[in-house]
Amino acid sequence: MSDHKIEGYEFKPGFKGMAHDTGSDQTMFKGVHWGKAMMWIFLLSDTFIFSCFLISYMKGRGSTLVDWPNTSEVFGLHVFGVEVPLLLIALMTFVLITSSGTMALAVKYGYEKNRKMCGWLILATAIGGLIFVGMQAYEWSKLIHEGVRPWENPFGAPQFGSFFFMITGFHGTHVSIGVIFLFIYAYKTFAGHYDEGKKGWFTTMKGDYVEIEILGLYWHFVDLVWVFIFAFFYLW
Amino acid sequence: MSEVKEKEQSTTHKIGIYLWIWGLLFVLSFFSYMVDWYQFQGMLRWSLILVFMFAKAGLIMAFFMHLYWERYALVNVLLWPMTAIACFIFLMVAEFEYTVFTRLFYFVVGGQ
Repeated sequence: MSDHKIEGYEFKPGFKGMAHDTGSDQTMFKGVHWGKAMMWIFLLSDTFIFSCFLISYMKGRGSTLVDWPNTSEVFGLHVFGVEVPLLLIALMTFVLITSSGTMALAVKYGYEKNRKMCGWLILATAIGGLIFVGMQAYEWSKLIHEGVRPWENPFGAPQFGSFFFMITGFHGTHVSIGVIFLFIYAYKTFAGHYDEGKKGWFTTMKGDYVEIEILGLYWHFVDLVWVFIFAFFYLW
Repeated sequence: MSEVKEKEQSTTHKIGIYLWIWGLLFVLSFFSYMVDWYQFQGMLRWSLILVFMFAKAGLIMAFFMHLYWERYALVNVLLWPMTAIACFIFLMVAEFEYTVFTRLFYFVVGGQ
């Protein structure tokens, strides 16, 4: 967790600590793992990307004079002879929140150096993510079969398709990359790389459980983005 | 060295807090699904969607992403750029209103 180069640095809480941090010599965020700081910076830039998508969606939907498709019907499922509105999306939301919870617990057990619990929870998170991607693939193929294209769809405004594929596609890509890394990290955890301080494949950085926290940040961000997509694209 | 140990301990928290937040996220997601289920319309629908959305986002960021326990320097670096996004939203709202206005205007009056 701590940066050995700045041993003896004393962290002060609150605004005083902030003043010390931003006004300090050589490096900001003293004592924070560089990977964690960089992950936060990456997530900030990713926030801007997703914001641009959602804002362009707002602009496109707001400026069309054609009726927007009724998402509650478009994403409804026919189960046991009953039409349940938005069922698939609700299930996807619950799966993603479940995996977010297991990830949070994995980070917690990681810091307690509980290798087994941490590994199993990461694996559970990966499987949750995999289920999410699978449901998204089903959703895409269903809509494509129904004739939704980036330039037209049978439900209403033609812009609907392009925003749908762009926004959920970009989010799904993030989930897929996350799933790949979750499986790798589950292996590394079980193999004890973080206990032994084994070096990674592309880095000279010694393995540490802080990497689980960094992965957790990414995974929670994916869930966070879904909260906004769910609200603005599916519910609005 | 003891100082380092203390710091490491401060990054773990009791399991109860995570389970509470997890449960709350489930409840809030259920509520936001109910907004659609009962087909609330108009301002009620939009305000409920926004309330549940911000509550969920806040809980995830504060507790799952540990921002509540994080140093202020990092929190401020992350949250202040969001004001730029807010400005962008306001600009684009003005933009789409103008687009709708011009479209309606020329569809009715007819352009040359």
